[in-house]
Amino acid sequence: MSLLHAAIMAPFIFAVLVPLIYKFTKRIHTGWFVLPVPVILFVYFLSKISSVQQGETILTSIPWIPSLGIDFTVYLDGLSLLFALLITGIGLLVVLYSVYYMDKNKEAIHRFYVYLLLFMGAMLGVVLSDNVMVLYGFWELTSISSFLLIAFWYSRERSRYGALKSMLITVFGGLAMFSGFLMLSVMSGTMSVREIIAQVPDITDHTLFIPAMLMVLLGAFTKSAQFPFHIWLPDAMEAPTPVSAYLHSATMVKAGLYLVARFSPVFAGNAQWFWLVTAVGLTTLIYGSIRAIKQTDLKALLAFSTISQLGLIMSLLGLGSAAAFYSGSPDSLIYTKATTAAIFHLINHATFKGALFMVVGIVDHETGTRDIRKLGGLMALMPISFTVAAIGAFSMAGLPPFNGFLSKEMFFTAVLHATEMDFWNVQTWGVLIPVVAWIASVFTFLYSMILVFKTFTGKLQLGKLEKKPHEAPLGMLISPVILASLAVVFGLFPNLLSYSLIEPAMAAIMPNMLAPGEKFLVNIEFWHGWTTEIFMTIGIIILGTILYKLYGKLRVLNQPLFKRVTFNRIYDRGLALFEQGSNKLTRGYMTGSLRHYMIYIFGFMILILGYALAYSGGIKINASEYAPISFYEAVVIIVLILAVLALPFVRNRLVAIILTGMSGYMVTLFFVLFRAPDLALTQMVVETVSVMLFLLCFYHLPKLKKEQVRLRFKWTNALISIGVGVIVTLIALGVTSGGRMFEPISDYFLKESYTSAGGKNVVNVILVDFRGFDTMLEITVLGIAALGIYALIKIDPGNEILGQR
Amino acid sequence: MELYMSIAIGVLFAVGVYLILSKSILRIILGTSLISHGVHLLLLTTAKLKTGAAPLLGEQAETYVDPLPQALILTSIVISFGVTSFFFVLAYKAYQRLGTDDMEELRGEEDE
Repeated sequence: MSLLHAAIMAPFIFAVLVPLIYKFTKRIHTGWFVLPVPVILFVYFLSKISSVQQGETILTSIPWIPSLGIDFTVYLDGLSLLFALLITGIGLLVVLYSVYYMDKNKEAIHRFYVYLLLFMGAMLGVVLSDNVMVLYGFWELTSISSFLLIAFWYSRERSRYGALKSMLITVFGGLAMFSGFLMLSVMSGTMSVREIIAQVPDITDHTLFIPAMLMVLLGAFTKSAQFPFHIWLPDAMEAPTPVSAYLHSATMVKAGLYLVARFSPVFAGNAQWFWLVTAVGLTTLIYGSIRAIKQTDLKALLAFSTISQLGLIMSLLGLGSAAAFYSGSPDSLIYTKATTAAIFHLINHATFKGALFMVVGIVDHETGTRDIRKLGGLMALMPISFTVAAIGAFSMAGLPPFNGFLSKEMFFTAVLHATEMDFWNVQTWGVLIPVVAWIASVFTFLYSMILVFKTFTGKLQLGKLEKKPHEAPLGMLISPVILASLAVVFGLFPNLLSYSLIEPAMAAIMPNMLAPGEKFLVNIEFWHGWTTEIFMTIGIIILGTILYKLYGKLRVLNQPLFKRVTFNRIYDRGLALFEQGSNKLTRGYMTGSLRHYMIYIFGFMILILGYALAYSGGIKINASEYAPISFYEAVVIIVLILAVLALPFVRNRLVAIILTGMSGYMVTLFFVLFRAPDLALTQMVVETVSVMLFLLCFYHLPKLKKEQVRLRFKWTNALISIGVGVIVTLIALGVTSGGRMFEPISDYFLKESYTSAGGKNVVNVILVDFRGFDTMLEITVLGIAALGIYALIKIDPGNEILGQR
Repeated sequence: MELYMSIAIGVLFAVGVYLILSKSILRIILGTSLISHGVHLLLLTTAKLKTGAAPLLGEQAETYVDPLPQALILTSIVISFGVTSFFFVLAYKAYQRLGTDDMEELRGEEDE
């Protein structure tokens, strides 16, 4: 048990305590009691920066299921530390914000904080776990706590829909990832991420390597809302705004990015990884940015912008993976710049997107709406919120002097380098990469401007607002102001981050690039001269501004196109089809008709036994071993067969009963002929009693009606029954013709019957002496049948059941 | 002999299955008793027929037929008798309460 374990477990333990605290301190907002948890954790992780910067890592383990190789191992390196700081840092700001956002009298805030703490602990577990199974466990826990948080206002239908959707999609990806982890552990024989990385040269050629890569990527893409699995994120906006800010912009959706970065040392350097990660990232980037400009709901706009930015980071991680291909040569350092940009933008996105969500929450809180068409002219009323929103949006658009500007420039650098790659067929399609990136950036600029200017400038429409807008309380503003200031600070002094966080994180993502003791030297310059990237940014600003001016006309053009292509419709229709399909299938074969079920059973029996007989050489007739047949036996057989064959055609039930009895007596005669006196006696008595029983109830049963079935049905029945008869005959012949596989044990019974058991009737001795246990249970069966019959006849529940029908 | 016995067993099974697939409860019960006859004869046949005297040591014969299948069949006869009689009373009670012996009419509710 180390401090790191304690750090992961602390939110869980505290989550247990929250309901108690809530119950006994009703006057004070529970959020204040929750706040110390992320604060302490944040400070703890801050204190680790200097040691991690020196290249030190922490690795401790608690045995959990050692026999399966599953141990609760935690590992802290640059990448984990970066994420842990994001989770706890944004976490504390979100808790602070939620204290003012969530009304303690109207909302069930104890549940809110339990779920939030569960999520925080799970997320810390994801980024700090070294064991893939433990990582998977925490991963699913983030899905579950996210599900609970999205459906926090569970009485709303939209919330439940969004929660279910996100659950289905992320758990689908989670399970795929689980199978990927299993394949990795099968290939490498270990469940520790670090040990898997150590074995990479041995497993690259394994047949499971590519499937494992695809499965792990599926998990990452669904969690990080990549195309086409992005559809859950906009619907998750039904969650309370602090949740959207925390989970669906800064932390959970980055779990997929973490996964890609964490497994880069395993998979990077392969063309499939490069192309998948890059192409999916770029598709998401441009698709998200186009969809964002059409949204009228502020949170939906932010959701699509999050999708788009996540795609940007994902594509940068893909471009950065090219470095592993060139491992060792100086060329590779060019491509590492993409990874640097990815990490830098990951931090930047957390700051400005968190701030933007919080501002949108404030606007919602103070005006009662998030609809852009109803908002406008809030600048004078809410100056602080406007400032924060402007900083966030300009940073998102990539304007100087904010941090988004720097990461966008680095992004362009990376995509421009991509065109120079001359491997993996990049030269054919690589030209598209910067083009797509540039167009997506124009759209990003456009929706950022829509976000700020449509909300805060223009005409104030007081009539459409539910409340009279005014500036939010100070407490609510603290968190977004801090995040916005960070966006400015990181923009002006980017090297604050590069030395402390980015270099160690790069070392974690690309461990093979470094000789022991070496460090990446990342130096992000604020101003880097008149380069292509700058002109690209200027182009964005010019084109973006023109588009913004034309926006009113463009929107009309865009609407029908967007309505035609939507993945939500595919998801909804798909879900409905699955439901209808399985319903139809079940209704199709679960008909409730006994006859159908018997047909399935007998049909399956014919198929399986027929197959087995045909392919094992079981069909044989060897007449040489057969006993001869006498005239008397022939007569009995013929009578039996005739009596039995007549049965289906009989309509009178008395005749049917007599024919059945007749077949029973013929069986008795067989027992006589085949030297089985005890059997003959028993069979005769049993058959007599059976026939008597049939006749006893004969009076009470209805006449055997003519079977009102269609001819086709009769033929199915006949086919199935003939099939069963043939199969049984073949089995009987096969058994009697094969010769014995071993001698029967009957010689023992015959020899020992008198000497050991003192009886000359061997069958009776077997029944009560050698195998007396069977007989005891058979007596029990008869007893139970008798009791059952007695109960059926005597116990009369009255007509209640009938009356209900 | 075994060949003809196998055919007779096949006929017993075929007709038994055919009766089980019909609608009337009475026919179904008759079908089950035919199938149990078939099983008993199958047990007897697969142990080889007519290899000696009845398994009574007083016979003083050279060889006896196999006593073990006979013991098994005896147990089976009694058990199937118990089960058949229970079925019969069950069918009788079901007819008394529900007023039909048609299996198609005894189907469950649509949405169950």
